[in-house]
Amino acid sequence: MLKILKYSFYDLMRSRWSYVYFLFYLLLGVVLLFLNNDLSKAVITLMNVIIILVPLIGTIFGIMYHYDSREFTELLLAQPIKRSSIFLGQYFGVATSLSMSLIIGLGLPFVFYGLFNSNAIWDFSLLLITGAFLTFIFTALAFMIGLLNENKIKGFGYAILLWLFMAVIYDGIFLMSILYFSDYPLDNFSLIAILTNPIDLSRVLILLKLDISALLGYTGAVFQRFFGTNFGLILSFKMLVLWVLIPTVLIWRISKKKDF
Amino acid sequence: MKKLTYIFILGFLILSVQYSWANTITVCGSCETKSIKAAIAIAEEGDTILVKPGVYKESGIKVDKGLTIIGEGLPTIDGQDKGEIVTIGADNVTLDGFKIINVGSSYTTDYASVRVVTSKNFVIQNLVLEKLFFGIYVQRSQHGKILNNKVTGEAVSEFNSGNAIHLWHSKNIEITGNDVRHVRDGIYLEFSDFIIIRSNISKYNVRYGLHFMFSNDDLYEYNTFEGNGAGVAVMFSKRIDMHHNQFRKNWGTASYGLLLKEISDAKITNNVFFENTVGITSEVCNRIEYKNNDFISNGWAMNMKGGSYATKVINNNFIHNSFDISYLGRMNDNKFDGNYWSTYTGYDLDKNGIGDVPYRPVKLFSYIVNKAPESIILLRSLFIDIIDFSEKVSPVFTPDDLIDENPKIKRIEHDRN
Amino acid sequence: MIEINDLHKKFGKNEVLKGINLSINEGGIFSILGPNGSGKTTLIKCMLGMVIPDSGNITIRDEVIKNNYKYRNKIDYLPQIARFPGNLKVKEIIAMIKDLRASKTEKEIELIELFKLEPFLNKRLDNLSGGTKQKVNLVLTFMFDSPLIILDEPTSGLDPISHLRLKNLIFSEKEKGKTILVTSHILSFVEDIADKIVFLLEGEIYFNGTISQLKTKTEQPDLEHAIASILSASYA
Repeated sequence: MLKILKYSFYDLMRSRWSYVYFLFYLLLGVVLLFLNNDLSKAVITLMNVIIILVPLIGTIFGIMYHYDSREFTELLLAQPIKRSSIFLGQYFGVATSLSMSLIIGLGLPFVFYGLFNSNAIWDFSLLLITGAFLTFIFTALAFMIGLLNENKIKGFGYAILLWLFMAVIYDGIFLMSILYFSDYPLDNFSLIAILTNPIDLSRVLILLKLDISALLGYTGAVFQRFFGTNFGLILSFKMLVLWVLIPTVLIWRISKKKDF
Repeated sequence: MKKLTYIFILGFLILSVQYSWANTITVCGSCETKSIKAAIAIAEEGDTILVKPGVYKESGIKVDKGLTIIGEGLPTIDGQDKGEIVTIGADNVTLDGFKIINVGSSYTTDYASVRVVTSKNFVIQNLVLEKLFFGIYVQRSQHGKILNNKVTGEAVSEFNSGNAIHLWHSKNIEITGNDVRHVRDGIYLEFSDFIIIRSNISKYNVRYGLHFMFSNDDLYEYNTFEGNGAGVAVMFSKRIDMHHNQFRKNWGTASYGLLLKEISDAKITNNVFFENTVGITSEVCNRIEYKNNDFISNGWAMNMKGGSYATKVINNNFIHNSFDISYLGRMNDNKFDGNYWSTYTGYDLDKNGIGDVPYRPVKLFSYIVNKAPESIILLRSLFIDIIDFSEKVSPVFTPDDLIDENPKIKRIEHDRN
Repeated sequence: MIEINDLHKKFGKNEVLKGINLSINEGGIFSILGPNGSGKTTLIKCMLGMVIPDSGNITIRDEVIKNNYKYRNKIDYLPQIARFPGNLKVKEIIAMIKDLRASKTEKEIELIELFKLEPFLNKRLDNLSGGTKQKVNLVLTFMFDSPLIILDEPTSGLDPISHLRLKNLIFSEKEKGKTILVTSHILSFVEDIADKIVFLLEGEIYFNGTISQLKTKTEQPDLEHAIASILSASYA
């Protein structure tokens, strides 16, 4: 698997899109920091980028890579290599190279800005870690969709739909149900709803740093425990790990049964 | 020249006579007078009692004449949990430089380390109060000074703790330079007017850093309120001036930097509200002026619960608050003008420093959060941004008259000294 | 060498393989023929483990291939369409496949020479013509010297000279005692090289034998006509 990972990674690292992605983040970081000069504002803007754009790019890259490398995959399948190694290797290759573009692209301007001397470093590291998690999660989901759909157009459509659902529609439905059932205690419901959507989960994880004052304004005991202690942070991270693991296992299982 | 010499001699004579009237009684373990009580018993009006270093196990000390009681090298008065320790019941008393510990606690009587009853011109300064229930309790007294005391309690809940500095039915008292921590209310005022509270530090108190009830014409400035259950509560009071204070990190479900409840004619200027769950909560308040304040990184900068008339919010900075303004009920005759809002996205084509597009500080989402508090968890979600944006374009739920016509483009630099 | 027992495969409702029984002995060139959709590629992919059969089993060199991947170390496979990661250079893909198979072979040097690929070694695969890509594909297939070689449409895109070289290459591999499976639509090519023919029709083996047996059976003078007669008979 590591060999496949290595080759997929090198392949992507040399592709134009990785540079575009990398330069985009570099530019974003530079613009936010040096034209704006307000670190807190930069972190908030970055949060929006990370919870919306990173999943989208992970999804598109993942599905594109999967379909684009179909013939190459077939070449590999005829080699004495385990099937799961091929797909997991490709997946980790894509996800790792995307994460690298993100981390280096955003990291460089912040390092030059003198981030290490600033106390925003923790917020910023949290952003990058969350971004990397989201990349891994959505690339995995995209690979899964790719494996389940032979038809490229269909696969692409489903993947974008999944992103749209997680990024926007889910919250809409969530808000509607909160308003509709506002007479009932909704603490547990809300928390579970957040935990089952990786974008919301990442958002809340960052909120724990950025808006903790507001989050603590809510009176529910469950929220209090979640936001007020490290419990929330730890649980969120555990869920993110789970969100990476489940689609990865599914890739492994689907790839085992699939015909090419 | 000769005349001058006479006057000088005369003055000296008068002074020395006075001096000879005012004796100094020294108290120490090996002195003739071994206890403060004994010293008070033999002292005359106007005398000075000088207490040498040591531990004095006394309680129920009643100062019933105008004495100056000075501790040298911070002697300790240990009340051994027997109840009130020092009670001042006369005019012109000065209590200076003691460490007073172990007040008894009781659920029926509010024991205090130092109590001032119906006295004038008292000075209580440089005390260190620990293991206390109430710290300095002033009732029906006037023209006193409470200076540079350090009160550190061990309060865990509101119900079995007292206040560090407590004023009841008192007037013209100055409270300056005190440091009060870990009690119920740092400073508490009830029916107390013309009080000046200046440069105190009030931290980690379980209820309020500073608490006004039914008190009028008071001033507090240059104080720091941090990490209290809530910073400052001003209730049922009139004409309170609040300047240059710092309200920091007052976090919690019902927590805020400043609570205003049924007050009127207050001026709130040049304060800093930093990282509070709510910067200011106000309820039924009239003619309040908020000017030159900084609201930075609060959950809600201002939470107006309605019934407020003629509020003026002018020239403040609203920076990185999760919500700038939230309100319930009707807003009447309020004016928002010339503030800086960090979430303002307008432009300034004529370069006069004022945005060309008015700013609406109330977001649809804050309205939603008021209705369904759980939805706070959707803060900064893309969906929320979308509905906030559409509300901004065509307001339906948020009041259209709540608007800042002259939002500043740059953060206003306030003088913070 | 290869034992296939009662192999069934459906794609959805489409039954592609309907109980294939086939035994292929070691050594020689076998051609799998059949009209479009007869199941040739599926059969090959089953052998390679790329398609997982619904039932039946395949044994290659005494190894059951189900849930196994190591047996592919002894197979060289030439896929039908040659597409590689475009960012790689020719040199790199050769090194990569060698690395993936953990092989130290140096046979690629003579193959590169044979197909005159030296000028392309430092070019990116994206910039190669279809024929050149097919040559690279052939190098990748033949360089490992495995006892079983499976070629899926090996002639596509090749110029006549390379075509000839390929034919010679296949013969020389046969000389070494290897087993070679070929599918091709170019019947003259098949006729030139194949020792035996397996003819698939609608998921079943219609004919399995030598070319001369086929000619005898169909009473036709050459392979092309023999095939045509089978097809016209079955669709009549």
